Amino acid sequence: MKKFTYSEKKDTRSGFGAGLHELGKSNPNVVALCADLIGSLKMDAFVKDFPERFVQVGIAEANMISMAAGLTIGGKIPFTGTFANFSTGRVYDQIRQSVAYSRKNVKICASHAGLTLGEDGATHQILEDIGLMKMLPNMTVINTCDYNQTKAATLAIAEHVGPVYLRFGRPVVPNFTPADQKFEIGKAVLLNEGKDVTIFATGHLVWKAIEAGEILESKGINAEIINIHTIKPLDVEAVLNSVKKTRCVVTAEEHQMNGGLGDSIAQYLSINLPTPIEMVAVNDKFGESGTPEELMTKYGLEAKNIVEAALKAIERKKI
Amino acid sequence: MHEILELQKIATQSRRDLLRMIHAVNSGHPGGSLGCADFMVALYFEILHHNPKAFNMDGKGEDLFFLSNGHLSAIWYSVLARSGYFEVSELATFRKLNTRLQGHPTNEEGLPGIRIASGSLGQGLSVAIGAALAKKLNNDDSLVYCLHGDGELQEGQIWEAAMFAAAKNVDNIIATVDYNGKQIDGPTDVVLSLGDLKGKWLAFGWDVFEMNGNDMNEIIETVKIAKQHTGKQKPIVIIMKTEMGCGVDFMMGTHKWHGSAPNDEQLANALSQLEETIGDY
Repeated sequence: MKKFTYSEKKDTRSGFGAGLHELGKSNPNVVALCADLIGSLKMDAFVKDFPERFVQVGIAEANMISMAAGLTIGGKIPFTGTFANFSTGRVYDQIRQSVAYSRKNVKICASHAGLTLGEDGATHQILEDIGLMKMLPNMTVINTCDYNQTKAATLAIAEHVGPVYLRFGRPVVPNFTPADQKFEIGKAVLLNEGKDVTIFATGHLVWKAIEAGEILESKGINAEIINIHTIKPLDVEAVLNSVKKTRCVVTAEEHQMNGGLGDSIAQYLSINLPTPIEMVAVNDKFGESGTPEELMTKYGLEAKNIVEAALKAIERKKI
Repeated sequence: MHEILELQKIATQSRRDLLRMIHAVNSGHPGGSLGCADFMVALYFEILHHNPKAFNMDGKGEDLFFLSNGHLSAIWYSVLARSGYFEVSELATFRKLNTRLQGHPTNEEGLPGIRIASGSLGQGLSVAIGAALAKKLNNDDSLVYCLHGDGELQEGQIWEAAMFAAAKNVDNIIATVDYNGKQIDGPTDVVLSLGDLKGKWLAFGWDVFEMNGNDMNEIIETVKIAKQHTGKQKPIVIIMKTEMGCGVDFMMGTHKWHGSAPNDEQLANALSQLEETIGDY
């Protein structure tokens, strides 16, 4: 097992804020919109240095999304910022008609996704956003795993022409992606080569997958670990190549099982290479209040859950 | 400058166009399109500074128009074709499979003149304000126009956008409301009354003008005055009194023709009231 190290834990949303600030300097067409959550989205630096290109819309997310669509007419590249819940479910029709169907170059940037939002509870802990967004034609869906990757993704989506949903979160997590690693939309990152099982993980579950790989190694199991930061378009070549070798799969994500990464991979493999799959995800439940750590444990999104799933997938391969 | 009479002739022809288009596929929304025919012709043939022969998405240096109540697609397609965005013969493809003239407007099929999809109501004012903000960022002093149904104003997003535009001094936009007092289920006053509509826009901080949207002269004069009020830190709305079904006697005075197509006999009756002026498509 390859060793992964990190010098500090940082939040992915700060990676977004740093990327956005850099874009402010490098790309005069980038504009930012926020629905009364500048601090939470870490947009302060952009607001301070580029006030003429920042739009405070107040608590009016529908207006924000449709205005962003309008801003693209005239060549602007709008980045909208609010919590994942208010970036997707609340404004689904606005995104569907004015952004996705209309192929507008809007970047919907969503923080506080999933259970790790913590104490605010289920009203704010959206676990359906990946599914909502990936169902829309023309939409690219990205879920990054740490600060460096989120910053790189923020820079990359400005170069990509078309609607993008960029999902990140609230808590600090190990920042292990090399700062100079280029972010390629739709290209999976192979973290560890293995032969017994493939773990496809996204977002905050990527580090948990690395921890699980170390535990599995101690049990004599050699896990291949792949970071799927782009859920749509899915890197099917990477999926197929790995699964041809390992012949069993674990998917891991901070999202509902319905509509998430596991669902995408299962759909692809069931058609192209039927394979035993185990999914580490939230299974048809809303979240609740608690610390992020408590919630990840209660809802079964820990390294130990990935390990259990891997052992089960390997067992099923033998049948 | 077109003569008023000439504009009226185009409007009559556009009314024929949209009725024939809707009749041909037995679907569409004739009532609102007929009511807004005069305004749409005035807009495209007299008011807008635009370039029909060289359409481009960004429209820098051009006035932009957004149709928020997308179900008025038939009149929009007619004036777009008649003003040179595409061949009038293409009007015959309206709502048919593989057409660029989709039931509700979309840029997906690449139809010149259309910059965004509309149909699901309430989004167009926000879109227009976004485009107006882009114009300001680009130091482009041309204007953004949009049209809304009065029933559409029941959507909450309209008022989010209205609050925003006034608070942020978006003064390069002229919104228009098709105030015909009718919607699918009946009179607006019965379905969900708009109450004091002028008072609402004033309270939201907009400059409000009113006009008869079926009087070509009044449309052009009112918009001219409204344009003189742009650039003064306030957004502008024109409440445009219209008659749903205007131009066809049996389609007026009722909400019945909001979304129903005329049959053969009804079409013949309607067309007999609308003289062919510049040639049917």
